[in-house]
Amino acid sequence: MAKRIKDNDWKLVPAPESKDHVRIDAEYKLFIGGKWVAPKSGKYLDTINPSSEQRLARVAEADAADVDAAVKAARKAYDTVWSKMPAPERGKYIYRIARLLQEKAREFAVVESMDGGKPIRESRDFDIPVAAAHFFYYAGWADKLQYAFPARNVSPLGVAGQIIPWNFPLLMAAWKIAPALACGNTVVLKPAETTPLTALLLAELIQEAELPDGVVNIVTGAGATGAALVNHPDINKIAFTGSTAVGKLIQRSVAGTGKKLTLELGGKAPNIIFADATIDQAVEGIINGIYFNQGHVCCAGSRLYVEESVHDEVVRKLKHRMKSLVVGDPLDKNTDIGAINSREQLGTINKYIKLGQQEGADMYQSSCDLPGKGFWCRPTLFTNVAQSARITQEEIFGPVLAIQTFRTVDEVIQKANNTPYGLSAGVWTDKGSKIFNLTSKLRAGVIWANTFNKFDPTSPFGGYKESGYGREGGVHGLGAYLNLS
Amino acid sequence: MSKTLSRSIIKADLNGHGTNGAAKNADRLPVMKTYKIYIGGKFPRTESGRYYQPTGTDGKPLANVCRGSRKDVRDAVVAARGAVGGWASRSAFNRGQILYRIGEMLEGRSAQFVHELVLHGATQKQAEAEVALAIDRWIHYAGWCDKYQALFSSVNPVNTSHFNFSVLEPTGVVGIMSGGSNGLLELVSLIAPVIAGGNTCVVVASEKHPLPAVTFTEVLATSDLPGGVVNLLTGFRSELLKPLVSHMDINAVVCAQPTKEERQMLDTEAAANMKRVVVPKVKDWSTTEGQSPYLILDTQEVKTTWHPIERGQGGGGGY
Repeated sequence: MAKRIKDNDWKLVPAPESKDHVRIDAEYKLFIGGKWVAPKSGKYLDTINPSSEQRLARVAEADAADVDAAVKAARKAYDTVWSKMPAPERGKYIYRIARLLQEKAREFAVVESMDGGKPIRESRDFDIPVAAAHFFYYAGWADKLQYAFPARNVSPLGVAGQIIPWNFPLLMAAWKIAPALACGNTVVLKPAETTPLTALLLAELIQEAELPDGVVNIVTGAGATGAALVNHPDINKIAFTGSTAVGKLIQRSVAGTGKKLTLELGGKAPNIIFADATIDQAVEGIINGIYFNQGHVCCAGSRLYVEESVHDEVVRKLKHRMKSLVVGDPLDKNTDIGAINSREQLGTINKYIKLGQQEGADMYQSSCDLPGKGFWCRPTLFTNVAQSARITQEEIFGPVLAIQTFRTVDEVIQKANNTPYGLSAGVWTDKGSKIFNLTSKLRAGVIWANTFNKFDPTSPFGGYKESGYGREGGVHGLGAYLNLS
Repeated sequence: MSKTLSRSIIKADLNGHGTNGAAKNADRLPVMKTYKIYIGGKFPRTESGRYYQPTGTDGKPLANVCRGSRKDVRDAVVAARGAVGGWASRSAFNRGQILYRIGEMLEGRSAQFVHELVLHGATQKQAEAEVALAIDRWIHYAGWCDKYQALFSSVNPVNTSHFNFSVLEPTGVVGIMSGGSNGLLELVSLIAPVIAGGNTCVVVASEKHPLPAVTFTEVLATSDLPGGVVNLLTGFRSELLKPLVSHMDINAVVCAQPTKEERQMLDTEAAANMKRVVVPKVKDWSTTEGQSPYLILDTQEVKTTWHPIERGQGGGGGY
């Protein structure tokens, strides 16, 4: 008699992505005025691989004097070169960056996964290609800006200070740098403390593209470096992506200074599934919505609202699907969920998982194996969650889903809108008129109907309410980097 | 008794409380007008029971105007929040008609506004010009209601098989702080783009020139504009700006002519709930820079929607 094979008996053969073509220097200085400059602070930070906890490199920690040098370089480049360059030439430089990035895409993908912990499948198929596409898209705007704003004259702002998070390191750098340059600004970019490497590789690539010195400056460091950038008096614009708490601090810091500000902050997106949805398709969308990038996504679909009649079916199918998610080596092509970005973030996620249980919700986690070293979290869901629960109201930024039920459309709209956030939302139903009713009433900047977590350079992204203001992407993204008169 | 009566007649002569700019008649005691605030389509007095007396060019009090309070702001926000869903979901055509109607009603009461502007220090000619511009401004924005969307929306050609489009939606409840330059034109120029875009608002009238603002709410009340869409308070800027910008259920604040200190306060307080802070760059509301669809855009949010497109195999792509 044949041995019965249980569906979790089989093991995937490891399929690691090669890293022998990747070069990571032991040490990175600051990229200021087109040169690599040792930090005046004399300080360096380690950046580690969160899946092995091993050091990848040490990177400079810029202090206020270093930031000042970077801003001066950016100002000089703005005054003498970039603001005077014919727009088509400006565009061609940005196109160069896009093309070089496509050529080196695999190297960037591997480094991104090593430094940040995300699965190679995602860095290879999403982060890097979309980052390159972003440069390619905005490159084309450089000489067409006057068409974007009817009956208005446009002019660049000057020097932009940009602070980006660790969840999509290179992609966020592209979201910030590409439109800023296309609109004729120069930039000082501060990558996140735990994920500086691909931004530094981008600096090398920018040198290779022969972008004029000082047009892009990259200063690594932690919170104090960011604060020095925000508070620098010669900055015309601050663009920040990160938590709502820090966004509020930044707004208060720049209050009354006249610095233009755009903020892309936190979220707690509702994902709504109606009984008439294609359930299997929706389950895939829910999984992607919350477990993509370990849930380190500001627009993650972290609150699931299921129409009561299909609750049991949806939860059963979700649990079944969660069992087949592979948690492990980010460089393995089979991996679905990589390493949590840092020890600190893992602590935050675990705090919320504990809190969810204390609040009386029922927890389910897949039973997959976790590697010994590194920072890991099993995909997690909670059922029987209250609308007032902290795991419903607060952004966790991890692979944790809070599930509630609803009976009527009005009820679910009210529940979905009942957080201070308004970044994104999802709707699953086969009925077109219902989709448009929902999508027009959900107070969020991005609505995914019968899909989730889709991004594109042509598609404006940004929040309502406490998820921030300003848009990145598309024609609307230009407004963040131009003066209209 | 007769003494009081004659005083009233004289006072009415001076300040025109109830004359509406109509010819004065020495034989008849005019009825004085009570200048009240406007909340949820009703005309209450301030809950605080306080008043202040704006003065005319002769330095004499014009009226006992409500000195609105923080609680009035809160009551007005409740009314504005209650009205926003209905107003935002009106069709653009319908909003346009109602804004046009506001212009019609204003036209019909021109004389009264001219009179009040004169009381506030304008010459007859200036006042007539201001009222005419204010009426025309409503006609201008009435026309924008069903057009700005097409101007600022986009269909985004994404690199995947999705239909993707971005539209504007009203920010929600907007706080509006008037400046001090005009009694009427600035007021309507601040309100019109906000409600043309489907928002509701809580407006604080010019502290020095409140009379035409209050009279304007009577125009709104007879213009088919649903109650709560525009709520108007009178009072001290120094007392009301902070409650407006720190209120957690206001989504955006439009503030005319803030001082440096006020600007810093606006940005700081607005951070509590990520209110959008709008400071119109307009220097002179009587010029064409005083009206623009970009002023509508200031209190709009961009919403982007994605939906998959099913891709069939045959049919030659439909061509």
